[in-house]
Amino acid sequence: MKINKNKIIEKISEGALFISASLSIFVTIGIILVLLFETIEFFKEVPIIKFLTEKQWTPLFEDKHFGILPLLNATILTSLIAMVVAISFGLTIAVYISEYIKPEQRMIIKPIMEILAVVPTVVYGYFALLFVTPLLRKIFPDISTFNALSPGIVMGFMIIPIIATLSDDAMQAVPKWLREGGYALGANKFQVTTGVVIPSALSGIMASFILGVSRAIGETMIVTIAAGQMPNLTFNVLEPMETITAYIVQVSLGDTPAGTLEFKTIFAAGMTLFILTFILNIISYFLKNKYRERYR
Amino acid sequence: METFTKIEAKNFCAYYNNKIALKNINIKIYSNKITAIIGPSGCGKSTFLRSLNRMNDLIENFSTSGELLVDNVNIYAKDTDIISLRKKVGMVFQKPNPFPKSIFENIAYGLRIHKMFKNYDELYMKVENSLKEAALWDEVKDDLNKSAFDLSGGQQQRLCIARALVIKPEIILMDEPTASLDPISTAKIEELIRKLKEHYTIVIVTHNMQQAARVSDYSTFFMQGEMIEYDETTKIFTAPSNKLTEE
Amino acid sequence: MHEEKLIYKIRDNFFPVAGLLATVVSLGVLFVLIIDVFKDGYMRLNLQFLTSYPSRIPEKAGILSAWVGTVWIMVLTAFLIFPIGVASGIYLEEYAKPGKIKDFLEINISNLAGVPSIIYGLLGLQIFVYFFKMDRSVLAGALTLSLVVLPIVIVATREALKAVPLSLREASFALGANKLQTVVFQVLPSAFSGILSGVILAMSRAIGETAPLITIGALTYIAFLPTSPFTSEFPFITFQGLKDYFTVLPIQIFNWVSRPQKAFHSNAAAGIIILLVISLFINFLAIYLRIKFEKYMRRR
Repeated sequence: MKINKNKIIEKISEGALFISASLSIFVTIGIILVLLFETIEFFKEVPIIKFLTEKQWTPLFEDKHFGILPLLNATILTSLIAMVVAISFGLTIAVYISEYIKPEQRMIIKPIMEILAVVPTVVYGYFALLFVTPLLRKIFPDISTFNALSPGIVMGFMIIPIIATLSDDAMQAVPKWLREGGYALGANKFQVTTGVVIPSALSGIMASFILGVSRAIGETMIVTIAAGQMPNLTFNVLEPMETITAYIVQVSLGDTPAGTLEFKTIFAAGMTLFILTFILNIISYFLKNKYRERYR
Repeated sequence: METFTKIEAKNFCAYYNNKIALKNINIKIYSNKITAIIGPSGCGKSTFLRSLNRMNDLIENFSTSGELLVDNVNIYAKDTDIISLRKKVGMVFQKPNPFPKSIFENIAYGLRIHKMFKNYDELYMKVENSLKEAALWDEVKDDLNKSAFDLSGGQQQRLCIARALVIKPEIILMDEPTASLDPISTAKIEELIRKLKEHYTIVIVTHNMQQAARVSDYSTFFMQGEMIEYDETTKIFTAPSNKLTEE
Repeated sequence: MHEEKLIYKIRDNFFPVAGLLATVVSLGVLFVLIIDVFKDGYMRLNLQFLTSYPSRIPEKAGILSAWVGTVWIMVLTAFLIFPIGVASGIYLEEYAKPGKIKDFLEINISNLAGVPSIIYGLLGLQIFVYFFKMDRSVLAGALTLSLVVLPIVIVATREALKAVPLSLREASFALGANKLQTVVFQVLPSAFSGILSGVILAMSRAIGETAPLITIGALTYIAFLPTSPFTSEFPFITFQGLKDYFTVLPIQIFNWVSRPQKAFHSNAAAGIIILLVISLFINFLAIYLRIKFEKYMRRR
């Protein structure tokens, strides 16, 4: 009888644990349904072809246009700048701490590096707007107060730890015998690093890049504060522009009643953002698994 | 003392991922005797030992065929209660694995999960008795609240034996219990094992022939998943009937 | 011949030099950032700043409603993510059998960890604010933030459980303990500091989150506090505050940064100093616990 009681408790607890774990599925379903529902409503009023091809985004103006391109362009431009910074710094640091310094030093540098990812994004926004942009004005005198360059660079520094840490993990997973094989052939450290270690860790390194891009695309506060809130289809990074995320914040700050077309636009914009990051996250997940399996 | 068949294997086979690990094992293990399983590593001796308390159930894709009887009941029958089987068949592992708790709590754990005491006095008495039975009491009686990790390797292993004894098992399985210990600790544990057979049936896996000769009453030799030989230890070590055992 | 040697020399010294430089520059940026906000904001740091509501006059403005709101949201978020995150981690690591369902759950959590936080804001807006009619309340904010950081807790819990050696589980099972007893009495206590480190890490992320709370409509100008949970009458506790409007420190900072007047920027910098100190402290606490956990696991 006592044994039966234990078994029942065990079954109930396993059930409760399963329910907790499956909650995450409901979150995903919730996100998709919420975005889908309002997006479909949005496309009932605005044809999808206009959304994808029009070059103006002015839902809050009298003369309304709903072309996502200006927002998408700003998102891609700022992310691109961020990735140039994050990849050049992040990968160099990863190679350095993985191959060139002692493990004890690595154990100290890595957590300090992580602080870059812990600083709240609103703080980076402040830094970009009030420190980096004035600094850039000394080089580019005609840079606007709000511009894509400054938040892009700052966002890059925020993403450095993601790339440095994950790439370092991937390079650490390259087995010792592969490196020794390189040295046995008479290669020096540089040749082993670039010829053996980096190619072997490539899927892990790529996963870190893609995760970095996904973070840059979804980043909100830095670009909202420092890139401005003016949809502007331009490739001039010294001009103000509005990213997808910044637009959602702009609308949220105002008192837009639910059910209006303006309200629906933030879900259409959110859907665009979700699809972009979803694809990137899935690619990075499989790339990461690939290198983990290879050297198990 | 009267002995009887405590464990019996009938055409017992075991598989990992459908690859055979034990082939048609037939053996009778007697009560209140020490039976040693010897053989080269990878011969299936640990697999057989871990089949006796169904520890292998923790491994994915493990399966068996044939019968394995404890007290004439097939422990691989569908309705087997694994909890009571493991209560009856205790186990001591190769590396001492005390819980990260005090000495007292290490022993008390088994009593707590099986609710085998009515009050603290009874709990304390049972802990004390099992520590005495494992010949550890005199060394630890003054600091039962000390962490089990502060004990030496040999003491930790005797603690693990005491932990197994406290819930009153009938069979004790030992998987190379002295493999990670120094000779002095080994001698102490071997002496303890010989004493324990008075109350328990003991099955011990060892790769050390001398140890088998020193402690066991019966020995069986495993090789590549098969049982090559099984007899009284004295007979096996003086006149092995099989050439492989001799080597 | 001579030139070739020089090229080799530059090449072979590229990573040690560039690597050191990149590390120093990255940490230098962090250093400059801290110096910059400190320089801009230190003179606003005083008791008045901590005990005043926001105001149109920058010198009179303070962060009272902001930090109280942050405390509310953080405490509530901790209570929400701890049980759910740990339970999910336990299920995936200890119970789920390898197969399609487990793979699916894993991909799903890994994806959720990468969903931009502002998307969670849109979810919270529709589900908590409108569907469950919670309005822009403290509860809606905490629920939204919990969803943002839940994947961090789940992943950290799994890592901590993974570090618990098999021998400990075997010892427990061999004594006839069932899975639940083994997990509750042996595995969880061993993994505890690792799990705690993950929860605290999640908190350090949550405290700086701004976008999802703006999206659910958290106000930027609040001149009152949520109802205190402590009352003088029986039962001495009230949950009325959960339904109140709120703002948090990062939103207050954002509001001040967005204004053109320089005096408000000083307020923002002062707020940032406080936010930075708290989030770095929480982060160091998490790292300290993780190192302690790793040391403890090595001792075994």
